Amino acid sequence: MPYASTSDLALDARISAMRMVSSAGASHIGSALSVIDIVSVLYGRVANVAPDRTSDPDRDIILISKGHSASGIYAVLGNAGYFPLEWLDRYCVDGAPLGGHVTAHGIPGVEFSTGALGHALPYGVGIAIASKRDGNARRVFVVLSDGECQEGSNWEAAMLASQHRLANLTAIIDRNRLQILANTEEISSLEPFADKWAAFGWEVVDVDGHDHDALEAAIGSAHERPRVVIANTTKGKGVDFMENSVPWHTNSPNAEQAADAIAQLEALREGIER
Amino acid sequence: MRDAFMAALTEQAQADPRVNLIIADIGFKVVDDFVAKMPDQFLNVGIAEQTMIGVAAGMASLGKRPIAYSLGNFPTIRCLEQIRNDLCYHDLDVTVVSVGAGLAYGTLGYTHHAVEDIALMRALPNMKVYSPADALECRAVVELLPTTPGPKYIRLGKNKEPRIHEVQPDLSTGAPVLVREGSDVTLIVVGPIVTAAIEAADALAQQGVSVRLLTCPVIKPLNIAAIRDAAAGTVGIVTLEEHTLMGGFGSAVLEALAVNGWRIPVLPLALNDAAASTVGSQEYLRAHNGLATDSVIARIADFTASV
Repeated sequence: MPYASTSDLALDARISAMRMVSSAGASHIGSALSVIDIVSVLYGRVANVAPDRTSDPDRDIILISKGHSASGIYAVLGNAGYFPLEWLDRYCVDGAPLGGHVTAHGIPGVEFSTGALGHALPYGVGIAIASKRDGNARRVFVVLSDGECQEGSNWEAAMLASQHRLANLTAIIDRNRLQILANTEEISSLEPFADKWAAFGWEVVDVDGHDHDALEAAIGSAHERPRVVIANTTKGKGVDFMENSVPWHTNSPNAEQAADAIAQLEALREGIER
Repeated sequence: MRDAFMAALTEQAQADPRVNLIIADIGFKVVDDFVAKMPDQFLNVGIAEQTMIGVAAGMASLGKRPIAYSLGNFPTIRCLEQIRNDLCYHDLDVTVVSVGAGLAYGTLGYTHHAVEDIALMRALPNMKVYSPADALECRAVVELLPTTPGPKYIRLGKNKEPRIHEVQPDLSTGAPVLVREGSDVTLIVVGPIVTAAIEAADALAQQGVSVRLLTCPVIKPLNIAAIRDAAAGTVGIVTLEEHTLMGGFGSAVLEALAVNGWRIPVLPLALNDAAASTVGSQEYLRAHNGLATDSVIARIADFTASV
């Protein structure tokens, strides 16, 4: 492993993502910073995956439904050794492998191309059902955004997953409470969010989405029905002027803002417990 | 045709455990035999077409060969983005099947008519599009599936369509299939509306116009060279389909001829650009939407005389 702990991985990924979106003039840094801890724990601790066996037929399947957090996902994968770190330097460059929404086309570690929301949970249900039919013990993890749960396809899939008691399926929702234009509760309210999932027949676990040990326990432990982990996060986590700020879904940091952000992130390195 | 499809699919699924039939709660009595024989290769996702396609895509990613089956425009338009992103972008081996092509469910109203599906499916990358005209063509299409990778769309008729071929046609090249010889004009049809085309050809023969009649069940990839060759020696090509003109089979023929620079006169006969505002039988609605058999006959006669 090229990193000492998933906390180191997540911090390196935050800094990489900041550089990527700033040099590319790209959006979605707030979403990347909010999801990076979840993705670091998934790839680094919980899932049966590794950079040297991305084609292993028995590997676990990680699906990123919030494809717009690409800079964060790619930053984790690059720093975890799934592809050359230099790829990150060419984010959104003409003809480069990495673009603004995650794609499985030529990117090791990415299983499914997303960008339009509400696609990965039904796809994950298909993988979970097929795995059960094949007697394969692989697990399926689907990372969703909270705003994305306004798409009805997620609830279709939630019903079906419950009907088939898909204990091999875990959804993790990056509950940062902000969508493009405002707080989710001001637009089309998700609350009572945990109750909704419970009513659909899912096991619900509520956690601090930046606490790696809590995430590992919530995502990694076995369950008997499909489980949803509502990971309470802060959009823009780690950078004071981006945290809980609506504009940083869309805006891209200029060089000065990126330098300030990276300095703030670097200052967090000392606090990492190893 | 529906029964022929299900019989052929059931045979294929018995021989290949990767075949999984996924339905969105359509197919009363139609899927019973399949379910009885292979319950572990069957899944009813409920009234949830987006999930039907997403689930099929996920299963295909593990090497299964799902068949996603529903009715009218539901398995295409309701879940168009899932077909585009989940299936076509990932080039996954899923066959989307719609029963009730065109105006087959005429009395159920416009909400149940599949009259824009060829255009939409044809526009998607990696997608293959089939529209069989009778039960034998349907079986031939099903037999293409195992050796045709990637996403596929089959536009079935309803049921009990008259058989028009004596033997099962070979669709391996995608070339149009000759129904009857003729020398003045070439009429190429997709789907069960071929029965109206036969009626038209008979009437035109009475008027001294000899119609060479073919079907073209393989719409994409279109074998345009075979279509050009099929029209050799006639004044031009008339296409006929129970689908809107824009983006349909006739449109595909015109595009491909233009791209190749082949100047063959074409008369595309298709439905009007309108949402059917009335109910009625398939035949009634054809007439209401611009494809009355009398009018088809007159337009072919005019075309043949004028080019």
